[in-house]
Amino acid sequence: MEINRSERAGMRKGKRFGRQVYLVSGGVTKFKKAHPEMDFRYMVKKAYDYAMSDVPSLEKKDIDGSRISYFSDHFTRQLKAASMVQDYLGLNPRGSMRIEWGGATGGESFQSGFEAVASGRMDICLVAGFETMSRVQTWKGNEFIALASDTNYDYPNGGFYSGYYALMVTRHIYEYLRNGKFAHIRDEREAQRLAFREAARLLSMVSVKNHTNALHNPYAQYPRKLTIGDVMSSEMISYPLTREMICTMSDGAAVAILASEEEAFRLTDKPVLVSGVGCGTDTMRLADRPFGEVPLMKHEKKEYYKGLSYPGAHSFRAGRAASIEAYESAGVENPMKEIDFIELHDAYASSEIQTYEDMGLCRYGEGYDFIESGKPFLAGMDYGMRTPEAGKMPVNPSGGLIACGHPVGATGLMQAVFALWQLQGTIGKHFGDATLQIRNARRGAIHSHAGTGSAVTVSILEAVR
Amino acid sequence: MVSSTNNRKLKKFTKYRDVMAEINRKGAAIYREKEHGDQLVINFPYSVNYIHSYANDSKFFLGLADGKLFGSRCAKCDYVFATPRSHCMFCGEQTSWKLLPKKGKVHSWTTCEFGSEAFLRETPYNLALIEFAGVNSLFMTRLKDCSLDDIYVGMPVEARFARKPEYLVRDVWFVPSGSAGRK
Repeated sequence: MEINRSERAGMRKGKRFGRQVYLVSGGVTKFKKAHPEMDFRYMVKKAYDYAMSDVPSLEKKDIDGSRISYFSDHFTRQLKAASMVQDYLGLNPRGSMRIEWGGATGGESFQSGFEAVASGRMDICLVAGFETMSRVQTWKGNEFIALASDTNYDYPNGGFYSGYYALMVTRHIYEYLRNGKFAHIRDEREAQRLAFREAARLLSMVSVKNHTNALHNPYAQYPRKLTIGDVMSSEMISYPLTREMICTMSDGAAVAILASEEEAFRLTDKPVLVSGVGCGTDTMRLADRPFGEVPLMKHEKKEYYKGLSYPGAHSFRAGRAASIEAYESAGVENPMKEIDFIELHDAYASSEIQTYEDMGLCRYGEGYDFIESGKPFLAGMDYGMRTPEAGKMPVNPSGGLIACGHPVGATGLMQAVFALWQLQGTIGKHFGDATLQIRNARRGAIHSHAGTGSAVTVSILEAVR
Repeated sequence: MVSSTNNRKLKKFTKYRDVMAEINRKGAAIYREKEHGDQLVINFPYSVNYIHSYANDSKFFLGLADGKLFGSRCAKCDYVFATPRSHCMFCGEQTSWKLLPKKGKVHSWTTCEFGSEAFLRETPYNLALIEFAGVNSLFMTRLKDCSLDDIYVGMPVEARFARKPEYLVRDVWFVPSGSAGRK
């Protein structure tokens, strides 16, 4: 039995990671500005209880150990908070590790849990993540997050992550809109002004899409019907990024349960295979990113990127590296043809567009056309704008970080849970509303991302029944 | 003995925003949550001074106080880092200090209208990545004496240095070339 399943899902692949690993259940708390009625342990417990109730034959005694993640000890003001979660859930004396890697913390912990099961160390691994960002005011929270930039060379300049991402998108706009659609304009400053204006409209489309999707997701913190005008005219945070193009701070927790093949099929009729994992990194300082060549995917050719200095400050090389590894291990040759939807890290509308390119959904430089085409929108949904190719590759059908919220340590696991429900066809059951269910979704990707792309994980999930 | 009336002094609120305002004033308050009942919320301050050695980066910060901008160079790779690294990120060899030009160009930029608590009073401020001729990587800095409407990618800029150093990276900043500069 093992060999048959492996042949179908695993052996054709270029890269093996040991045993097959399945995602069998998950739970998410509603992400909110603040959860003063629940501390971090209680939040995780709530998500955990939900996940356990979805696989009734799973008993706590069967869980071999855990991986627990949160980003910042500054937010918790409680060191070793992961240890307290393990304790509260009553999982002692089983093994656990805390995983932390900035914004990619959730995705990294998911892959760490994957490794625990793939290696044979565990048969069932609980992966839990949380963040309690409401414990300080928003501007203090921004400071905590900015302390995850180089405190010698970056932070004292006016450390602010929205500013760092704005620095990246400014260059992205210059590379691809000023030198693309507006290349014919001779006057440099006029060309840049036009490119920025065009970019603001296209970035706003991402925000409208994700906020609109979230109207049907009861877990989302910030569902809203918005227009492009609303997004463009919302408060400027860091030029050209406005408030509605940026995720909010949140309290929340998420839990994913991973299992070996034998355990997975014992626990549920609808386990989802983790068929590929990838992880990439880049320099902590934006200023240090090299100007080299684009690492190519199987469906790309070298001549696509002639003359492009990469990644520079405009693209996420870590996202590219993570995608390549994940696609290779899952046997994906062309993501547009072989993946049905993606939950990706859209802390900024700009990073969603940059990530289309990193993940090979389009070429570098085509991200703006990609959103304009409507491809990442859901088919059959009214966004109040033209989306001619909607449904070709739904991106962030849940609403993403922009609309769901971003409790850092939970976010990457939230994506795993929403992807699991998509692939099980159980969105209607878990959301109480099946609008966001993508029909016949067989393979999805989740993408978790740390500060200015200093680390990215991509995991590929597949329905097997 | 603690008076049983102590808790009665705590104000109760149904809006969390009001709780946050109250704890700033009084140190504690009650949040009345619909489902879970009364939640006690307190102010919980934390501050610390670190003893921070710049260690192998020291020369850069001492250089700023002297009006000098140091990067570093890997002789083996012939690669110049605008933001210095003591060891080359490609080959791992130790680098040597290299004086950077004081003139460069804006590689990318933004204007922050909001920010971290530490810098809120300084908003709006501009951040930029600077590129230098003959230097392979970039340098992050403040861009002063100009505003959103003036700045563009490729704009020539030059360094200014603080007269009275704080021994922080912001002892250097850039202004449009030829600008009088802020002292």
